Amino acid sequence: MSEAVADVPQMSRTCFFRSGIFIWSVFVALAILITVYQDLWPWAMKYPRGWVIPLKGWISDFMSWLINDLDFGVFTFKEMTRSVSWVLSWPLTFVNNLLVEGFAFSTDPGAEAVLPPLPWIAVVGLFVLAGIAIKDWGLGLLVGACILYLAIFGRWESAMVTLSAIFIAVPLGIGAGLGIGILAFKFAGVKRLIIPVLDLMQTVPVFAYLVPILFLFGFGPVAAMIATMIYATPPMVRIAILSLEQVPDDRVEYGEMAGCTPKQLLWKVQIPSARSGLMIGVNQVIMLSLNMVIIASMIGAGGLGFDVLSSLKRLAIGSGLEAGIAITLLAITLDRLSQAYSKRPPPAHLEHDTYRARRQKMIYLAATMVVVTWVASFFIPAIRTYPESWQLTTAGFWGDLVKWINVNYFDQLEAFKTVLLVNVLIPTKRFLLATPWIVVVAFVGLLGYRLGGVRLSLLAIALALFIVVTGGWKKAMITVYLCGISVLIAALIGIPIGIWSARNERVHRVVQVCVDTLQTLPSFVYLIPVVMLFRVGDFAAMIAVVVYAVAPAIRYTDHGIRQIPIHLVEASTALGCTRWQILKRVQLPIALPEIMLGINQTIMMALSMLVITALVGTRDLGQEVYIALTKADTGRGIVAGVSVAFIAIISDRLITAWVKRKRAMLGES
Amino acid sequence: MTERSVKFKCSNVWKLFGAGADTFLGRYPSPTEQDIQREGLIAGVQNASFEIAEGEIFVVMGLSGSGKSTLLRCMSRLIMPTSGAINIDGVDLLDISERQLIELRRHKMGMVFQHFALLPHLTVLGNVAFPLEIQNTGTDERTRRTLEMIELVGLKGRENYYPHELSGGQQQRVGIARSLAVNPEVWFLDEPFSALDPLIRREMQNELLRLQSLLRKTIVFITHDFDEAIRLADRIAIMKAGKVIQIGTPEELVLAPADEYVREFTSEIPRAKVLSVASVMSEPSGDELHGADIFPHSRIESVAPEVISRDRAMAVLDDSGKVVGRLEPGHIIPVLAGIDNQIV
Repeated sequence: MSEAVADVPQMSRTCFFRSGIFIWSVFVALAILITVYQDLWPWAMKYPRGWVIPLKGWISDFMSWLINDLDFGVFTFKEMTRSVSWVLSWPLTFVNNLLVEGFAFSTDPGAEAVLPPLPWIAVVGLFVLAGIAIKDWGLGLLVGACILYLAIFGRWESAMVTLSAIFIAVPLGIGAGLGIGILAFKFAGVKRLIIPVLDLMQTVPVFAYLVPILFLFGFGPVAAMIATMIYATPPMVRIAILSLEQVPDDRVEYGEMAGCTPKQLLWKVQIPSARSGLMIGVNQVIMLSLNMVIIASMIGAGGLGFDVLSSLKRLAIGSGLEAGIAITLLAITLDRLSQAYSKRPPPAHLEHDTYRARRQKMIYLAATMVVVTWVASFFIPAIRTYPESWQLTTAGFWGDLVKWINVNYFDQLEAFKTVLLVNVLIPTKRFLLATPWIVVVAFVGLLGYRLGGVRLSLLAIALALFIVVTGGWKKAMITVYLCGISVLIAALIGIPIGIWSARNERVHRVVQVCVDTLQTLPSFVYLIPVVMLFRVGDFAAMIAVVVYAVAPAIRYTDHGIRQIPIHLVEASTALGCTRWQILKRVQLPIALPEIMLGINQTIMMALSMLVITALVGTRDLGQEVYIALTKADTGRGIVAGVSVAFIAIISDRLITAWVKRKRAMLGES
Repeated sequence: MTERSVKFKCSNVWKLFGAGADTFLGRYPSPTEQDIQREGLIAGVQNASFEIAEGEIFVVMGLSGSGKSTLLRCMSRLIMPTSGAINIDGVDLLDISERQLIELRRHKMGMVFQHFALLPHLTVLGNVAFPLEIQNTGTDERTRRTLEMIELVGLKGRENYYPHELSGGQQQRVGIARSLAVNPEVWFLDEPFSALDPLIRREMQNELLRLQSLLRKTIVFITHDFDEAIRLADRIAIMKAGKVIQIGTPEELVLAPADEYVREFTSEIPRAKVLSVASVMSEPSGDELHGADIFPHSRIESVAPEVISRDRAMAVLDDSGKVVGRLEPGHIIPVLAGIDNQIV
């Protein structure tokens, strides 16, 4: 809008009426008018309860119809979902037996295991070997140390339960993602259908997935694994479509000219050519699976997520933190291994034979190690399970540390919290709750019109109205307020760090490592330190959201400034700009679209985290989903979840439209 | 050329892009530029017709956007022409099933690409064996044939290298070996040397001529470089804005350009490289010096040292040894100086 302002003096009359200043002044005047005379139109202020469409009820009714009444003749719907669970329970049980329980060969649940599980030494050794085989000794030792931590700090069984779910969910997620991706790539119709579904699936908060899963597949590890798989698949679909489409045309043309059948073309030309892209998808699936399998402890996944959850409920900070660190180390292990695998340098001729010999050696070594330790574990219990007497715990230390902080710095922390609450959070919340819904809907509609035209405007209005008519407006506004403030703070922290990192190599390296780590951590982990220091409530939630969502703001700012062609900076230097002037007048304006994309990502992450902070007692849509989950109320959960997704989609489309306009102005495509 | 049989034939090939392209030619049987513009279509190829003889090197020359690549993709059926007929050995490519097309490509066609289009996950060996592998050629035959092709293009010893380890010229040699592995009859080359350095380009052009003297394929060669066209072509088709403007031997193009556009291209070409003795010789008068092998179809460049060093009128002989013309230094010096068209 600033460009419109600059043009005002020489604008003609009609032009003035279409300018930003005029339109927004009229809008603000109308909004004030509506708010001041709100007694005249109470329905505009507060959406009447009688007008609410009972969508929640309909969905719940539909779900119970599915479960109770739907009958395909040969079998019922319920039998179908239960048999899916049954089929999936087999591989899960097998891996679980292999890593945790041992094989009992008996239907009696209390039976002693006949064959013991893989010894912990073998598992640690396998991870070390995997690290060495994929990259080098350094990686091997790193992941070995991470896994060893799990044994030393008494998290072994939980970690192995979590790992079993990942081992099964990941291949299934990759397979399903690749399959759907291939279909969408080959058939334009499937693609048109699948893209909006993916948009929705990737913005619906994680808790919302759990509700229907709980309803359809029951409570337990298998249901949790299904939720994990469904949650982790969409990015794989997207990446599969993208990397298949990015295979160079001439390579496909070559395949056709060589006389490939369509099948040969796909499997021998297109998929191998898309390999590096697909591997990024694999990494994504692994990390998302870990994130979800932790959260799915709420529907019975067990494992490390359950440890964190139960500690949070008991406010047992020490053991919660220890479990959180275990999750973090597991995340780092899986991320580093899969990243190193996807970034392996292209093969070279000289290594061809040695490579094969090396691989064979590794396989022999791994097999020997597994067999030897496993046989030994029959005789030596210390090999079978990590002895309890060797275990360490830092729970007490962490508990004392938190106590110490709270005793010595309670006043400072409390003052900090109060100042922000009283001066920023509460006024913003009041302002948003006092704004008539009709004004907010009109605002997003008008913004959509100014940024992207009629279609965007209609989309924004429709999505916002959905939230209004399904009766979630007040909670949505609390979501917007918490999300908005968190994003603002994240931007105020993230953008300066990004700028600093763009201008200083040493800072850049440190920041990269921090941001990478922040982004690998499952969202659950963020709750632990926040609860320790700030207990529960909006403020604690906000801090967790800021820490979780700050990474993209930093990363995109850094990247946006770094990608500016060096000759522009050189030209400005030659013109005599100071470093500050270059930053303010050249680098920031050009990097602005990229920075806004980072903010967009921050908003998406903030929304997804906000839902998880329902566990620390917020009053927003996230809480609504969480309550629905505890009550297994499918309709309520889905409607609240979709409302969060719609908030995300509105903000995403508006920002993307703005970025597009700005980029067109800068002459970029 | 007339004595050789027709291998490949395009008749009235059109390729139009845009909405309604399929029905356009039904509505306008012989459309003008204005008709195409009015309908908002883009013409990739307009009414191209020509025949290519067996063993001929047929070069399609045009600047970027002239439609030469589109024409090649129609000829190889990578894209479907809007209308027309494309015959290879009398079989119409537009008229056969998917399965037959695959069979045809597996045995009769080979193609080389501008940016090589090698498969990055396969070694040189794997890339060259690929076309044989997908048609399930037996292992022995495949290995034998693959190694033979790698040796033919001079890459022996590099069998286990991956594409990213090779230079551009070497990569294109792999592209050539791979396209020849199934012993195709028609060989499409889509600007195969344009992505290479000038020195390597020249080396690869010589390599192509060497291979052609051994293999005698029917070649369709696309280029935007007129020098390259002159060096390699038996005949050249010049394209502009989707139309084939002129088809002829290099000499015909130089001597009788169809329009200003063709004249522009030919004006910079050293004429002695293109013109034949027949185009400058005079009637024999009986006192010519015999002893040098000068024929009517010899390029002036190749006989100039002989004629100028002897500084005499020389006899031009036909294949049976009969004197058919007289060549004096005065005939060829203007050509060498590039001023013959100004004198005439």
